[in-house]
Amino acid sequence: MSDEKPDSNGRKPTLPPGSPSAGKSPMLPPGAKAGPTLPPGAKAGPTLPPGAKAGPTLPPGAKAAGSKLPPASPKLPPGMSPKSPESTEKLVGGDGSSAATRADFTSDQDVRWCPGCGDYAILATVQRMMPELGVPREKVVFISGIGCSSRFPYYMNTYGMHSIHGRAPTIVTGLKSARPDLDIWMITGDGDSLSIGGNHIIHIMRRNVNVQIIMVNNQIYGLTKGQYSPTSEVGKITKSTPFGSLDHPFNPIALVLGAESSFAARTMDRDPKHMKEMFTRAHDYRGTGFVEVYQNCNIFNDGAFFQFTEKETKSDRTIYFEHGKPLVYAGGSKGLRLDGFNLESIDLENGQFGVSDCLVYDETSRDLAGIMSRVYWKPDFPQPFGVFYQEDRPSYDDMLHKQINAVIERSGKGSLQKLLEGGETWEIE
Amino acid sequence: MAVKSVETLPEATVLFAGDSGDGMQVTGTQFTLATAYAMNDLATLPDFPAEIRAPVGTTYGVSGFQLHFGSIDIRTPGDEVDLLIAMNPAALKVNLDRVRIGGTILVNSNTFEPKNFKLANMKSNPLEDGSLDKYRVIQVEITRLTRETLKDFNLNQKEIDRSKNMFALGLSLWLYSRPVEPARKWIVAKFAKTPDIRDANLELLKKGYHFGETTEQFVTRYEVAPAKQPPGRYRAIMGVQALAMGIVAAANKGGIQILYGSYPITPASDILHSLSQYKNHGIVTIQAEDEIAAIGTAIGASFGGSLGITGTSGPGVALKGEAMGLAHMIELPLVIINVQRGGPSTGLPTKTEQSDLLQALYGRNGDAPIPVIAASTPSDCFIVAYEACRLAVKYMTPVILLSDGYLANGSEPWLIPNPDDLAPFDIQYAEKTNKVVDGENVFWPYLRDETTLARPWARPGTPGLEHRVGGLEKQEGSGNVNYEADNHEYMIKIRAEKIQRIQADIPPIEIYGDPDADLLVIGWGSTRGAIEAAVSRSNLAGKKVAAIHLRFLNPLPADLGKVLSQYSQHLVPELNNGQLVKVLRDQFLLPMVAMNKIQGRPFGPAEIAEKIAEMIG
Ligand code: SF4
Repeated sequence: MSDEKPDSNGRKPTLPPGSPSAGKSPMLPPGAKAGPTLPPGAKAGPTLPPGAKAGPTLPPGAKAAGSKLPPASPKLPPGMSPKSPESTEKLVGGDGSSAATRADFTSDQDVRWCPGCGDYAILATVQRMMPELGVPREKVVFISGIGCSSRFPYYMNTYGMHSIHGRAPTIVTGLKSARPDLDIWMITGDGDSLSIGGNHIIHIMRRNVNVQIIMVNNQIYGLTKGQYSPTSEVGKITKSTPFGSLDHPFNPIALVLGAESSFAARTMDRDPKHMKEMFTRAHDYRGTGFVEVYQNCNIFNDGAFFQFTEKETKSDRTIYFEHGKPLVYAGGSKGLRLDGFNLESIDLENGQFGVSDCLVYDETSRDLAGIMSRVYWKPDFPQPFGVFYQEDRPSYDDMLHKQINAVIERSGKGSLQKLLEGGETWEIE
Repeated sequence: MAVKSVETLPEATVLFAGDSGDGMQVTGTQFTLATAYAMNDLATLPDFPAEIRAPVGTTYGVSGFQLHFGSIDIRTPGDEVDLLIAMNPAALKVNLDRVRIGGTILVNSNTFEPKNFKLANMKSNPLEDGSLDKYRVIQVEITRLTRETLKDFNLNQKEIDRSKNMFALGLSLWLYSRPVEPARKWIVAKFAKTPDIRDANLELLKKGYHFGETTEQFVTRYEVAPAKQPPGRYRAIMGVQALAMGIVAAANKGGIQILYGSYPITPASDILHSLSQYKNHGIVTIQAEDEIAAIGTAIGASFGGSLGITGTSGPGVALKGEAMGLAHMIELPLVIINVQRGGPSTGLPTKTEQSDLLQALYGRNGDAPIPVIAASTPSDCFIVAYEACRLAVKYMTPVILLSDGYLANGSEPWLIPNPDDLAPFDIQYAEKTNKVVDGENVFWPYLRDETTLARPWARPGTPGLEHRVGGLEKQEGSGNVNYEADNHEYMIKIRAEKIQRIQADIPPIEIYGDPDADLLVIGWGSTRGAIEAAVSRSNLAGKKVAAIHLRFLNPLPADLGKVLSQYSQHLVPELNNGQLVKVLRDQFLLPMVAMNKIQGRPFGPAEIAEKIAEMIG
């Protein structure tokens, strides 16, 4: 893709106010390109103790000079209180007959995430969505790896497994291969799936096992207390990188597309409606439905995505795109058009361009998905949210059982006795 | 035609050796089949180089196939070789020390020329320099005779030269009076689509056989009478095939789907190759992206109510350690097969060793005991695989099955078992809630069976039994995450106790040899044949020695302490630097004598018999 400008890795190391390292300037190696750094002591919202409601930071990539700082107190993520009144509200299942509720999908275990963690909203969205999917609860399985978000299965009143670090894709591959009748969700994080489990995530993508993967990306290691992750921006100051991290980050959507993903989408913890839509689409897709969710870790990486999630900047910094619709954002005032292989942001209000100039998105085009996936933390482009790609490709488990059935059809059910007596035999009297 | 005398032998050991491209494995396999037809008892030992096609003519490219057969009970591939067939100088050099003094060496004399001496790092021609004086050497121009035979065939030089092993096979079959028909049938089937090659091979097989009859070089031909074996239908079986069939038997008798997840590794890949053909026997196979993924898929399958199995060799087991700990923690059935090879690290991938016992017993973080069960002969792999599956399900635990390169690739005649004679394999899934809490019926995934201490196995899809498992410590009973001190200690102990209770499934120890012995030889795994052959020989020589063989390495049999205490001396032969001996010393505080061989080759009975003689005079 040719839209990669040299500043593509220049995402500003975002220092959450109140984080232990706030105020320190990240030290970058000579020649490394850093984005604008918030000067020490700059007004980035009040310094609050960890866990308290924190204000968003200056959006990375935004020009520090002249940009307005958003107000300090965004709303708590929706669903943060798991026992909110709506948890008992009755919902009608997909077939219109079942009357499962969110409560049916809520386990009796106390949720142990930090107050204010974005994971609450993801959990609430999933618990609320489950009755609508119309899948009997006993057929639903949640499998996770290790990390904050990977505690997820304990809070779902379904079958579940909290497995080992990075290996959830292998377990769901085995489970779905053995039990294609089950509806399997995999919960993972950026460290779990892109670092220690990197090999497995790419292979489940190419196999296209019919499961849903919710990849909760907070660009930090939360459970091990705040080291940089494979999606952290270059120059990140953490306990393990006091002078700034050096590793170029992964772009998860581009990574899975490169690994032959057949369904890739992105959403955010602060937008339950969109989250639910993406999860539902991943669920309806017969193959590996991969959804990256931007999640705020308010303890170790507060505000990492605030420029995309908070209403003051969201409109300009994000684009919600859909299949068959023109790429329009900023309340209809801006759009994206294709200039050769490059995307270009166009102003729809100065009379030069209209909506008809905008690219109409086609989620079945791998080329467009590639271009769109590279629109990633760019100061002059909105961050895309939606389904990047969906391909019609048979799932691994479908093919596996088709093959098994074909063998049975051809050779009949195997007889143990015959197998044992196969090959050359002789009789001794 | 020259008149030949016929000599009857009770047993013989033949070794075919040549370049890895010379087709020695095929030659050996076909000779084995003919020997099985001649109703001899037999044992084989293929010996491959680690490289697929090492440079032609070099010592590291030598591939061998050893076969021991006889009218008597054959327990090992043979101490010493009676006939070495060496297709080139390198093959002679590598294998000469295995040939019995006075034994026969048949060489392809066309390859004994300066270029090949140089490739094999030989200073002079062994056929001329007197280094083979202690052997009977037969020089046959196999290359020239092959080319002559096939000169009118429509084949190129490469195809012609590649067929010369069939000449060697024909000649060997004649020499030991074996039937030619099995090899003929095999050639016809194998080359059905390439009639030119088929006919060339058939012609060479015949020419090789006739050459034996006509040449003056052979004055004696051998016969080996049929062995006295229990009546019934037999087949030749390799350990790896037997193991795969044991797994199929478990799927069949347990009525359970088995998922085998594996990553290619020598010498375990053949299990995957075999099982992938058994799709209509309830076996699902996955070639995973790595060793960890392989065990992950197996654990996933077991969570779903199928039985997950993963197979590998030592380096792969090292990678699976964390996942094995998970399986132990979540108490799901799982079988981990280790076809051991020479270690450490990449070690000797194609050679046999027993050096992963301590890894199997202890190689995990935390106190995570896992049952360990080992096969002792190629055909025993069948029973052991079946048992491993059965016990994994009965006790809801991962089970480690140890095989090794020698068992996997070695073969022997096998009295085909009747599936009805296998131990029953009953599987009971949880179907109902098992606890009342605050007046509500609930399912507790860690409420144990009183006898086996196994937890219930609830399959996803069963309404009302939804539950979560995971690697965090569990609360006994409810299975909820629990970090409390007393609970953790209790859980560590109860999981260990569960493994210990498998002793109930271990039959009493059988003692082999002299019941009044002073010395007890204790073995495990593939050394059984060599140990028992050595004990038989020693008993015949009037020595008071007996042997026991351990199939279960964890838990050890309940009566082991009592048995050990009945003998004043203990010898533990192992193909490693002393592993079982450490475990036994640790548990029984007895001064055990270790006997170790770490050469990538199995024991021969002679060396063990020698050690026995040394210990008891
Ligand atoms: S550390 Fe961060 S990600 Fe983890 S629970 Fe706390 S807020 Fe959430």
